[in-house]
Amino acid sequence: MSHAVEVEGVWKFYGDYPALRDIGLKAEPGVCLALIGRNGAGKTTLLRIMAGFSQPGKGRIGIFGHTPREPEARRRMGFIGHGISVYDELSAIENLTLFGRLYDLPAPRRSAEEWLERTGLAHVRDGLVREFSRGMRQRLAVARAFLHDPDVLLMDEPFTALDDRAIAVLQTLLHDALAQGRTIIMSTHQLREALELATDVALLNRGRVAFTGPRTAEMLADPGWVYAHYGEN
Amino acid sequence: MREKVLYALGIVAALLIARNLFHIFLRFPDEASQGAIFRIIFFHVPAAMTALLGAVVALVASVGWLTTRRLRFDSLAVAVTEVSLAFLAANLITGSIWGRIIWGIWWTWDARLTSALVCWLLYAGYLMLRRAIEEPTQRATVAAVYSIFAFVDVPIVIFSIKWWRTQHPQPVFWAGGSFPADWYWTALLMLLAMLLLGGVLTAIRLRQEETQREIDSMRRYAHAM
Amino acid sequence: MPVVETRSQPRTAPAVRRGWTSLPRQIAVIAWKDLRAEMRTKEALNASFAFALVILLLFSFAFDPTEEQTRAISGGLLWIVFAFAGTLVLNRSFARELPNDCLDALVAAPVSGSAIFLGKALANFVLLMALELVSLPVFGIFYNVRWTAQFWPLLLVLALGTWGLTVIGTIFSALTVNIRLREVMLPLLVYPILIPALMAAMQLSTALIAGQPLTGDMLVWLRLLAGFDVIFTALSIILMETVLVG
Repeated sequence: MSHAVEVEGVWKFYGDYPALRDIGLKAEPGVCLALIGRNGAGKTTLLRIMAGFSQPGKGRIGIFGHTPREPEARRRMGFIGHGISVYDELSAIENLTLFGRLYDLPAPRRSAEEWLERTGLAHVRDGLVREFSRGMRQRLAVARAFLHDPDVLLMDEPFTALDDRAIAVLQTLLHDALAQGRTIIMSTHQLREALELATDVALLNRGRVAFTGPRTAEMLADPGWVYAHYGEN
Repeated sequence: MREKVLYALGIVAALLIARNLFHIFLRFPDEASQGAIFRIIFFHVPAAMTALLGAVVALVASVGWLTTRRLRFDSLAVAVTEVSLAFLAANLITGSIWGRIIWGIWWTWDARLTSALVCWLLYAGYLMLRRAIEEPTQRATVAAVYSIFAFVDVPIVIFSIKWWRTQHPQPVFWAGGSFPADWYWTALLMLLAMLLLGGVLTAIRLRQEETQREIDSMRRYAHAM
Repeated sequence: MPVVETRSQPRTAPAVRRGWTSLPRQIAVIAWKDLRAEMRTKEALNASFAFALVILLLFSFAFDPTEEQTRAISGGLLWIVFAFAGTLVLNRSFARELPNDCLDALVAAPVSGSAIFLGKALANFVLLMALELVSLPVFGIFYNVRWTAQFWPLLLVLALGTWGLTVIGTIFSALTVNIRLREVMLPLLVYPILIPALMAAMQLSTALIAGQPLTGDMLVWLRLLAGFDVIFTALSIILMETVLVG
């Protein structure tokens, strides 16, 4: 049985300098793993390697047993990064239909319409993204990531750039996703929001996993708990 | 140990070059139709061959990096490209001097000359491209891909004199020329000397490049502190 | 107004499908996306056409060529115009993916690097051909040249030359997408690599515009041009994945 996400002995080098050192993590269906750590600890680097945007120097990533660059893995994986990853010159419906086609959905246009409805963007379906407000753009980005119904969601600081309404949309979607047994891995600075959702926590420190374990009641009561016990001063 | 081998090879190259210079300038008579300038061929042709062999090594090293992800291959690729550029420059300059004497012009846009100059520009572009990228691993990958593209020009340089009617002379050594035996020997020994010299220079640059990478990683450690 | 419908989503996604779904379809989807976005703004197309006009004008002022001279330089002139103006289109190809980090979403989608490359190259090819087919009559009028004597062979040379331009422009646009000074670097890298193709296209175009048929020495150039296209297309397809994900 292959894990939803499995990271095994992953190293990433910048020249001779190891930015990630021997990272090992596992996540099963229904798990939400919060990746925490200081700036420069390697959270974004690790997430981008899991998403297949860059190759590890050593080690192995498995998404349901496939490497991240295999289409079987990519079909089941969604990614939300710092940018909204939709095209300014295309309309909302064109953007979603485009990605629906790239993901080879059976009915790309219908899925696109459905997701515009769910994110409250149906009334601007033919509007160009560059004319959208910030909040609308962010909700469209969320729709784009969820469009192909991914089993694994990788998110880099998902709450940082969002406005209240987009946070509400995203949180509802993530709760639903967890309830349906999907896997979420998110890097975050917003400890409170993230820890509420998380079932597991991993702390990265200078490219190493300093702590990994289930999220406990102590952490929820004091979001700084992991840092206080396992972080370097 | 490695250093001693390098010194020894360097000395062998120097001795060979001294022997060749002695023959070329003091022993050989002027050639019948070209006069004194014909001697430049003993520099022109071996330099070209060394440079082209260097381009092949650069290609192999670039593919080596992409397949094995060992940064030593990347260091080899830079080192050999820099050294080959120097040899190709020597080839272009000697050719130009010869052209001034024989043709009366420094340069003509025939296929051989043009493709060789383009080749030089391409590999100079390789070095410029590397300067624009800071992160060593990314730099290695981008540079390797570029080097593979640049190599496509090399066969064009070699075969240009077959494909087009060029002003550039057809090959004179090893292709049915009729030179005295000691001319062949000297040309061959010159090639050997230049290959040795190129090898030694490449090895030195390779070591510098490895040290440079070590320094870069130490800087990154320091920043991470 | 309900922001999110909380009904649990029906799991309509099909069970795991294997392998790449039809490559031509993915290529078409990506090419359509690029063309659609370009037609919305016409940024690159307008700029490149205006630039082509400017170069044509400049040359005509600078040299004020006679009919004879024009015939001798026509191929060179045209391809300098195409290569310089075309770069404006080609530069945009991957720069277009940078705002909003769109490239991430494209790379994350289950399409191979080669599909992304061919899709983008196809879109660029269409845009460049459009630019050239508009520039040609303008050239004919400004320089008083009848260029249609060998129309179909000329179209073939145009297509082959443009494909070479497109392939190199597209892959190098991708290669330099994350590099500082990319606007400076790109022409420095692209033009030297293009020289064999440009030389061939220039020689062929000059002869064809002068009304000569494709024979003899011209066939060597045609072979060089076709060979250039084949080799660099193959290399780009092989290396695109490496270019995108390292």
